Amino acid sequence: MFKSGNWEKAIDVRDFVLKNVRPYDGDSQFLCEASERTKHLWNICLDAISKERANNGVLAIDTETVSGVTSHGPGYIDKDNEIIVGLQTDMLLKRAMKPYGGIAVVEKACEEHGVEASERVKDIFNNYAKTHNDGVFDVYTPEIRLYRSLGILTGLPDNYARGRIIGDYRRLALYGTERLIQAKKLDMLSLVGPMTDERIRLREEVAEQIKALHQLKELGDIYGLDLSRPAKTAQEAVQWVYMAYLAAVKEQDGAAMSLGNVSSFLDIYIEKDIEEGKITEEYAQELVDQFVMKLRMVRHLRMEAYNEIFAGDPTWVTEAIGGKLADGRHKVTKTSFRFLQTLYNLGPSPEPNMTILWSQDLPEGFKRFSAQVSIDTSSIQYENDDLMQCTRNSDDYGIACCVSFQEIGKQIQFFGARTNLAKTLLLALNEGRCELSGKKVLSNIPKLQSDTLELGEVMDNFKLAMKEVARVYNESMNIIHYMHDKYYYEKMQMALVDTNPKINLAYGGAGLSIVADSLSAIKHAKVTAIRNEEGLTTDFKIEGDFPCYGNDDDRVDIFAKQIPSYFNGLLKELKTYKNAEPTLSILTITSNVVYGQKTGATPDGRALGVPFAPGANPMHGRDKSGAIASLSSVSKIDYRDSLDGISNTFSIVPKTLGATQDQRTENLASIMDGYFAKDAHHLNVNVMNREMLADAMENPEKYPQLTIRVSGYAVNFVRLTRAQQQDVIARSFFETV
Amino acid sequence: MLLQEVSSKPYKRVQTHAACTSRPRVAPAPKLRVHSVESLGTYDGPGIRLVIFLQGCNLKCLYCANPDTIEFGGGTEYELDSLVQMAQRQRPFFGKKGGVTVSGGEPLMQARDLVPFFQKLQKEGLHTCIDTNGTILNNNSKELLKHTDLVLLDIKHIDSQKHLKLTGKQNDRTLAFAEYLASENIPTWIRYVLVPGYSDDEEDLHKMGQFLANKGNIEKLEIQPYHKLGEHKYESLGWKYQLTDVPSNTEAQLLKAKTIFEQYVKEVVIN
Repeated sequence: MFKSGNWEKAIDVRDFVLKNVRPYDGDSQFLCEASERTKHLWNICLDAISKERANNGVLAIDTETVSGVTSHGPGYIDKDNEIIVGLQTDMLLKRAMKPYGGIAVVEKACEEHGVEASERVKDIFNNYAKTHNDGVFDVYTPEIRLYRSLGILTGLPDNYARGRIIGDYRRLALYGTERLIQAKKLDMLSLVGPMTDERIRLREEVAEQIKALHQLKELGDIYGLDLSRPAKTAQEAVQWVYMAYLAAVKEQDGAAMSLGNVSSFLDIYIEKDIEEGKITEEYAQELVDQFVMKLRMVRHLRMEAYNEIFAGDPTWVTEAIGGKLADGRHKVTKTSFRFLQTLYNLGPSPEPNMTILWSQDLPEGFKRFSAQVSIDTSSIQYENDDLMQCTRNSDDYGIACCVSFQEIGKQIQFFGARTNLAKTLLLALNEGRCELSGKKVLSNIPKLQSDTLELGEVMDNFKLAMKEVARVYNESMNIIHYMHDKYYYEKMQMALVDTNPKINLAYGGAGLSIVADSLSAIKHAKVTAIRNEEGLTTDFKIEGDFPCYGNDDDRVDIFAKQIPSYFNGLLKELKTYKNAEPTLSILTITSNVVYGQKTGATPDGRALGVPFAPGANPMHGRDKSGAIASLSSVSKIDYRDSLDGISNTFSIVPKTLGATQDQRTENLASIMDGYFAKDAHHLNVNVMNREMLADAMENPEKYPQLTIRVSGYAVNFVRLTRAQQQDVIARSFFETV
Repeated sequence: MLLQEVSSKPYKRVQTHAACTSRPRVAPAPKLRVHSVESLGTYDGPGIRLVIFLQGCNLKCLYCANPDTIEFGGGTEYELDSLVQMAQRQRPFFGKKGGVTVSGGEPLMQARDLVPFFQKLQKEGLHTCIDTNGTILNNNSKELLKHTDLVLLDIKHIDSQKHLKLTGKQNDRTLAFAEYLASENIPTWIRYVLVPGYSDDEEDLHKMGQFLANKGNIEKLEIQPYHKLGEHKYESLGWKYQLTDVPSNTEAQLLKAKTIFEQYVKEVVIN
């Protein structure tokens, strides 16, 4: 029997976890290898993945069916060996069309892979139904279009689904659909007049959610599962959670569709069954392995252009593991270990995007095991639980997309891609004109007095430019999320979230290190703008030395701290759709490469076209004082100014961490402790040799599972474009001789 | 401040590694002549270390991997306080074991100025370590050793003539230094570079082991494989690298040396 609590009276999964979770203080000795059944299934998956890669990255597309929760019949890898079932379509790795994001996008993606969407689907979505993409472009202003085309705003979710919303998939296991429908109906009863726009909209949304819950029950029927009731066993709990997630990724193809924080929830069921002698550790691991295997097989149909901003076909099934409870206990369970163990049992993988919520107080055994898994697989990332808990006031949260805090079931996010801060600085130096095209973007930027840049004058212009960019950015966000709600509402995920949740509007900024170094150069050296006949900057002459971000030097790090603070302040003043609370990320995904291509030479000495550093990273090669100094610089950016996350990607050669395996795990754990004690937010950890990556570029067939962390997520290295691979290899790898 | 004042309100959480509070100011501090600084040192003492490489060495070992630290003229002068601050900022990364290592060059050449540096570090509760060739045992070094938590003592060779050939000096001072460390019971790790054909003779390894046996202060011996990664630096210095033809150690050579040393020293590792 579970310990009772408020979770029995209301929809309150956190209370259930709090009452029943069993923190585990031990080490990894208890873990089991993959079962024969699991290995058999995984071999089938590996074979399908290799065929997928050989077939230009897509194995098959269903061109007839519009994907929805119940659109497809059951699909299996090999039914007799599966203890957790369910695929997005009726065939492994077959992709489905989700045209509500945009029919043109679906048609293009089909065409790029040599197939055509059916006439019926094209007819419906071109002539009768309207999509998110149509809605946005009906309303976009000329100004927003200009910002988009010049690369000031990039990767906006206007031609793909926004994602980022995390359903509380645990709710299905704890309550079943019947109870969840009942609760939503009760909410509906209380949503009475006056019938304002907001109230009408919300009533329609809840009605949609109730329909989605009925569909979820039907999805269970397709697989012979009675999802109307709560899960009774560990196997059912895993299966129910997966079904809820599966329903979401059948209905939606959001850029990032995180899983939440299910592992310690599932641990409660698993430990109960083990204690009652119903299952063994082998079976427990098998459950987790097969669940994770399914998560690795999630696919969405994308256009090739999508690869520029989100390379490697990611799905961001982000799972948050560990962390602490508000009562001081930690939330590491045996199932936290079991999830990490899948990286050995099934090999390294970018998905699910496993994220350790690191607290100084996590048990040593878990810290060591996490570090060991990082060293062996480079597949996990870390976030500062101590920092997020005290800043965001919740101990029941997941990570949306790459790095962003989201309280599970209580809060959602509107994804906002990012703006190019380095290009904004160039607008400030060019009277508001784009430095490459000469097009006038801003009308309020005065001409500089002199081509020898003076910090005060540059900063005045830069502040004016940031203010305008913030305004246009905000307008585009409001339009996008209005239209997404209207034409591609996430009814399945929202059915697993409280009615009327809190919303964060997740803005982003790219090019922070370039801005910081440029301002440092202007302040500490003599920087002269070189202009062409149109008066546009083409290069900068730098005389004298200047400190670079990434060396724990306050003279420049202060800029990296101040710019997000200032820009965030500007964003906060602007009114948002649904009164979402603005947050800012310093994160690029892989768009640092394409941003570089669209940005001219900058005053820090970076040439036109050179990729930006990813996320909040210092520019490669400029962090010359070793890894710790580099991490210390990044840790100075204040999380309160960038609540959507500050992404740092750290690559280190194994030998540099120490001579023996023991030293390496201990030192990596110390690095994490140190970095997060300094109130840093996020760290991607890669432990590998550059030579191996160079070899993988030339011989991809040898490295089908080689996983590398990039800004906030992980990818199969061999799925990156050549330019992106070169960018990864060019970045700072910390090594000592 | 050019932008708005950045809020500096502290987080609610009690910071376990909060930066240190006020330090008493002293008269203008002596300076150290530094070649370079590595913030992530994982080979020069326990845990994660801030490694400060000082400029200038009194030996000229044939295999020196950092020949650019040998000359006394170069380097950059650092005020002690700035180095103490650097260590303090890095403190959260040190964990339970890490700290500050002063290497070189030969750190004992600047022993006088290192004394107040180590005093300050110890006062801050930071672990101190020197990586030395042990050729300088004067009052300054003895004073410094009082504030040193761990000594990494490089013994280049047990045979004095071969030591001379390898380093330009005989080994009597280094051996005396080892005896002094033993008599003062100062925790010590011995470091030994295994150069094929120069310092891997089995008989010599046994002699070395015998010399170290029964010295209770010696916690560990680190065998350092020979590598040529510093060779390119000789060219830029206009020096001739004399060990061009010496190959790297084989795995078997390293294990052989380890087995021999293990007969005399409780812990032997290959770095």
